[in-house]
Amino acid sequence: METIAKSIWKRLPLSSNYAVAYAARDSDVDEIAAYPITPQTTVVEKLSEFIANGELLAEMVHVESEHSAMSASIGASAAGARAFTATSSQGLELMHELLHIASGMRLPIVMSVAARALSAPLSIWGDYSDVMNTRDTSWITIIASSAQEVYDSIVQAYRIAESVMLPVMVAYDGFMMSHTYEPVFVSEKAGLFRDYIPRKGRVVLDTKKPVTMGAVANPDWYYETKYQQVKAMSDAYGLSVEADQTFSKLYGRGYGLVEEYNVDNSELVILTYGGIFGTVKQAVDEMREQGIPVGAARVRLFRPFPLNELRSLLLKSKAVAVLDRSFSNGLPVSGPLAVELKSMMNSYNINVPVYSYIVGLGQRTVTEADISKIASQALSSKVSNESIYWGVRE
Amino acid sequence: MSGKPFFRTIFDVPHEEYFSPGHGLCAGCTAGTIAKLLLKVAGPNTIVVNATGCVEVSTTTYPYTSWNVPWLHVAFENTAAAASGVESAIIALKKKGIMDPSTKVNVIALAGDGGTYDIGLQALSGMLERGHRVMYVLYDNEAYMNTGIQRSGSTPEFAWTTTTPVGSQWKGKMQQKKPIAEIVSAHGTPYVATSNPNNFTDMMNKFKKGLETEGPSFVHVLQPCTTGWKFDPRYGIEISRLATETAMWINWENDHGEFRVTVTVPRRRHVRNYLRMQGRFSHLTEQEVNEIQDSVNKKVENINRLVGKTVIGPLVE
Amino acid sequence: MPAGAVIMEPGNSAERFTGDWRTFKPVINQDKCTRCLRCWVFCPEPAISIVDRQYTSSSGRAWKNSVEINYDYCKGCGICVEECEPKAIDFIEEVK
Repeated sequence: METIAKSIWKRLPLSSNYAVAYAARDSDVDEIAAYPITPQTTVVEKLSEFIANGELLAEMVHVESEHSAMSASIGASAAGARAFTATSSQGLELMHELLHIASGMRLPIVMSVAARALSAPLSIWGDYSDVMNTRDTSWITIIASSAQEVYDSIVQAYRIAESVMLPVMVAYDGFMMSHTYEPVFVSEKAGLFRDYIPRKGRVVLDTKKPVTMGAVANPDWYYETKYQQVKAMSDAYGLSVEADQTFSKLYGRGYGLVEEYNVDNSELVILTYGGIFGTVKQAVDEMREQGIPVGAARVRLFRPFPLNELRSLLLKSKAVAVLDRSFSNGLPVSGPLAVELKSMMNSYNINVPVYSYIVGLGQRTVTEADISKIASQALSSKVSNESIYWGVRE
Repeated sequence: MSGKPFFRTIFDVPHEEYFSPGHGLCAGCTAGTIAKLLLKVAGPNTIVVNATGCVEVSTTTYPYTSWNVPWLHVAFENTAAAASGVESAIIALKKKGIMDPSTKVNVIALAGDGGTYDIGLQALSGMLERGHRVMYVLYDNEAYMNTGIQRSGSTPEFAWTTTTPVGSQWKGKMQQKKPIAEIVSAHGTPYVATSNPNNFTDMMNKFKKGLETEGPSFVHVLQPCTTGWKFDPRYGIEISRLATETAMWINWENDHGEFRVTVTVPRRRHVRNYLRMQGRFSHLTEQEVNEIQDSVNKKVENINRLVGKTVIGPLVE
Repeated sequence: MPAGAVIMEPGNSAERFTGDWRTFKPVINQDKCTRCLRCWVFCPEPAISIVDRQYTSSSGRAWKNSVEINYDYCKGCGICVEECEPKAIDFIEEVK
């Protein structure tokens, strides 16, 4: 890693937003259509700078809404461009119908999402309500937990998207990651990823070979088209593993689909996603020092759901406390990851207690002490079958 | 930009067809005429971005398409944005040498009145403001015909639609038609024109000018709808002609700030001739017909004043 | 089946015939037809084409081309009948 780093990387202090912009630049994107929204905005500012000063040759479409951002991305991708966009929260909601269209039309668009709470009440702060609302859109979804991983995941996203022809979103915590600086290795030389994400031929709007894209499908055809998407998402699983492993081989950094931390010999695994994993790991270290046998894990690939990795994690787990920064109201267990984990366990006859905790909504602070208390409660097994809204004032 | 028109007579109309039959548009749908003639002007080096609507659903039912040029549909309200993306992609790919920089591709956005006046107005405004080289063609059948004749911002006053029925309290639509071409012009759009399929050479010349424009252009075409306006399918072109002859519809262009009426009407006919052919106006009283005539008279006066001479003549019958 | 329901074959709606929509059938009287092409330019299908077939009318006028209706597609809307200036297109009720 050190030798690789010396030769091809430049180490910069970057926020995750800037890491996104550097990654889009280094992925040689052709078209960017985006609309400002907190906390995503600095992604587009930085990309504008890159284009303005000639570091990136691409067209910037300063759209008048996120709806048009995704629409223009679809148009550009259909016309053969490597399209990129970025958003957050209400912007992602405004795009929602187009998210289905982008995946339904099988366009390899990549989007970053600085995850943020949803109105009302209005909150500009971080949680994953926006991202979790897109679970049914057939977008491959990666949730990163460091700025370096954000950078690497955007590049990986193009490899996955252009192989399986589904769009990919790379999410990370609004503010906690989008606006905090970490050291990030970015490409020192242009074209570093040229072979990793080669330009491939695909069906596009080409006047020499006219095709019709976005046709109407009657009941005779709709179902099959959708089922193709199911197969593609299933293929995306293996391709996500491949993209990460090849990246690791070429560039010395890999993440897997589920990251484990001190899981062996634990009585409880704290499972989560996103930047909060850093706090969880620290809490685990502190608890381990006190002899409390806890481990942690995080889901990095949320769609397709990392079935094999989670099964292997569950085999090693005696109990799991799931921390969700989002909830699906009206369910007894309302944390999206908890619900999906339980559904998966049921399908595969895995029987491990799963406790669902809702934390960090609208950026309510979650400290190591909170994690320790959650762990103690979960270890005591005196836990409700329903989701626990941790720390809420009733 | 003025000078001799490119299409002067019917014999100038190209024989090549890029719009195939077998589509599902209603018998007598003049949108078919418009789409067909549009492609004759644009030719094969064209990408069409089509809003959800009659033309879209009727011409691209999987696995069949009537389009012989690349064609894209994304959704209802975003045609201008999707077309912006297509145009930007072409620019970027040319700059990068991924696409031959000498290739010339027309990008056409094609949308109905619902997708333009109402739900698509924001995306259209954005596209115009950003200055994409896209020709936006609006086929205006004055209601949401694809969903079954509901009122739109384009529906004219007094017209019956399924959501502006005629009853004891309502007499069809109670509001005016939105002046969309003027709204587009107000963006500083270099080429804005109105036309109708009866004046096919006028319409085709405007398509040609629109495509030659550096930057956005907008061609607003009246599209008589047999189903929604309630007339015998054979009269689509006749009604289009009457729209011009009564000055219910005026064919004009704003070519880089130069305004002209391209189809002059020396002797203007009473709006009754246009209205009485259509079931959607069958409930109109003589007084309401005269109200419409009065408003057309005012519009004609304004147009003549704007042009500085009488381009639309006096009412003769 | 191509991914994303892309239609790879341009203009293949021509494989789908719409002639059976017709209740009235336009028939061009080649003798009266002045080859003004208005029917051809307005036909919304398009189901009218200009064909390379000579025709000499009863009055001795020789035409290089003829105008022909393709009944596989003609939906019988009657626009051609209405717009024909010499009234050379008859509109005949379909008998099926």
